[in-house]
Amino acid sequence: MVREGARPAMERYRILPHTADGKFQAFGATLEEAFGNAALATASLMWDWAKVEPRVRHFVHVNGNDREQLLVKFLGEVIYLFETKRFLLGKVDGLRIRPEYAGFNLEALFGGDVLSERHELHGDVKAVTYHDLKIEECGGFTVQVVVDM
Amino acid sequence: MELRKITDNSWEIPKQGDMKVPALIYSSAKLLEDIRRDMTLVQARNVACLPGIERMSYVMPDAHQGYGFPIGGVAAFDLDEGIISPGGVGYDINCGVRLLKTEYTETDVTAKRKELLAEIFKEVPAGVGKGGVTKLSRGVLADILVKGAEWAVENGYGRSDDLERTEEYGRMMDAAVDAVSDRAMERGIPQLGTLGSGNHFLEIQKVQEIYDEAAARAFGLRAAGQVLVMIHCGSRGLGHQVATDHIETMGNVFGAKGLPDRELVNAPFKSPQGQRYYGSMCAAVNYAFANRQMIAHWVRDVFARVLGSAKGMDQVYDVCHNVAKVEEHEVGGRSRRLIVHRKGATRSFGPGRPEIPECYRTVGQPVLIPGSMGTASFLLAGTKEAEALSFSSTAHGAGRVMSRHEALRRFRGEKIRDDLARRGIELKSTSWKGVAEEASEAYKDVDEVVRVSHEVGLARLVAKVVPIGVMKG
Repeated sequence: MVREGARPAMERYRILPHTADGKFQAFGATLEEAFGNAALATASLMWDWAKVEPRVRHFVHVNGNDREQLLVKFLGEVIYLFETKRFLLGKVDGLRIRPEYAGFNLEALFGGDVLSERHELHGDVKAVTYHDLKIEECGGFTVQVVVDM
Repeated sequence: MELRKITDNSWEIPKQGDMKVPALIYSSAKLLEDIRRDMTLVQARNVACLPGIERMSYVMPDAHQGYGFPIGGVAAFDLDEGIISPGGVGYDINCGVRLLKTEYTETDVTAKRKELLAEIFKEVPAGVGKGGVTKLSRGVLADILVKGAEWAVENGYGRSDDLERTEEYGRMMDAAVDAVSDRAMERGIPQLGTLGSGNHFLEIQKVQEIYDEAAARAFGLRAAGQVLVMIHCGSRGLGHQVATDHIETMGNVFGAKGLPDRELVNAPFKSPQGQRYYGSMCAAVNYAFANRQMIAHWVRDVFARVLGSAKGMDQVYDVCHNVAKVEEHEVGGRSRRLIVHRKGATRSFGPGRPEIPECYRTVGQPVLIPGSMGTASFLLAGTKEAEALSFSSTAHGAGRVMSRHEALRRFRGEKIRDDLARRGIELKSTSWKGVAEEASEAYKDVDEVVRVSHEVGLARLVAKVVPIGVMKG
């Protein structure tokens, strides 16, 4: 059980203290919802995703041997699109996870904007790690992730 | 965890369970209090279980918890029986430190200090999301990954004698560009020649105290008050992606079953996967060398413009503190070639090692240990004893003790700037939040870290330097 204490209804994620880097738990009624909220939590360590108007869209497709790898690769998309396309994630739509031969695949539509003067950045996530990574089902889903900052 | 005290500055985790060798922690009782607070010791023990590990799993005095291997961890593996692990190098491949000396003294620059810093700030891109000033083609990037700092010098960034004063002469020869993914290339293209953010910095410093006159002279340091420039950064998104890619591949091929931590994934050094990681890691190392070479060149330009000359702005040295290298070390009475992983640890070759440039060969390699923002940094020299003590390695910096979250709660960037200004230190940053996160109180006491290094003999103290101008990403 990774969830710590009671959480208010509709809480998407919670940032947890970590000595050197960034750590969070993201929640969802379904695995898909928890993954989507984890993407927003990752974005929240770098910019305020709620203030990003969705002007641009990116289709995201990743696969993984297991759910953990799927999550690491999916969150890696947030960093990759930011660094190479200057894309700021603002929302996640249509996230779908399907089992496939020897693993899972995930599709989602990212909505967001291209970095400009109207945006403010406040942190730099370098990589998503497997350290202390947890995916747990208990009523809903909770995923816990540590990112290198 | 049960530790056996060996001396005042060394502690052993005896071999037990799946450990193939013991773990040895170089630390004072004071630093050990911090080390015990997180997973460092468990991680050092985990490393001791990996195939082909030789002698000991070493932990440096500034160690803290990392991913898989601890930060401040040193481990060497047999080339035939042993492994290579991206977790033993870290995500920021060839994060490192470069030090330039100048012929200026503090009095020469005091009046122009603000201007110098402002100009460097304009010239060197820094901060989150800040792209480089050069537009790179993929072909040019491939060239950089092969040639490292050599590419930079060939293209007008700096001088050929800088290469001599860079670890590996600024170029690891085993770079394999075809093992670097398209994604890593894409992340590398916009970021060449940028400082980045987080704990990376550029400082104008002055020599505060010289402990070893002869070594200081050999390194180009004359007296207290002499102005220096220190650059601390790495391979940016390219290196992070190389680590991410190969953790995935090694996990897919060799699995993480039986490993206590998935970040410890590894491959036999001589396996195709091991060699591909090694080749792409070397490429990322070269990217970081080129990065620091370009930044150093811009710093010289600014000094020339603002102060009239960059004469005597020679490079003291450039060290990598996140890397794996093939080196010769004596194990069991004979010389062996090993793959030495240093993650948050600095190489400290002593006098005579052929890898050290001739100008330093009688003194030992310059070892650069940066402090945290606004605190002292240190110049040390590598020692002969360090070969037997730690495969020629020592600490790499101060090491965090407080989360960014907690630092943000406790400190304000603007207040830190004012406090530093009162102490005569000018600060410029792209983000006050970033400054608060990097408050020196969030780090270990670097003075204690270098004291232990010196007393144990991992490196010997040469000089203490303090900042007069700090630029943060």
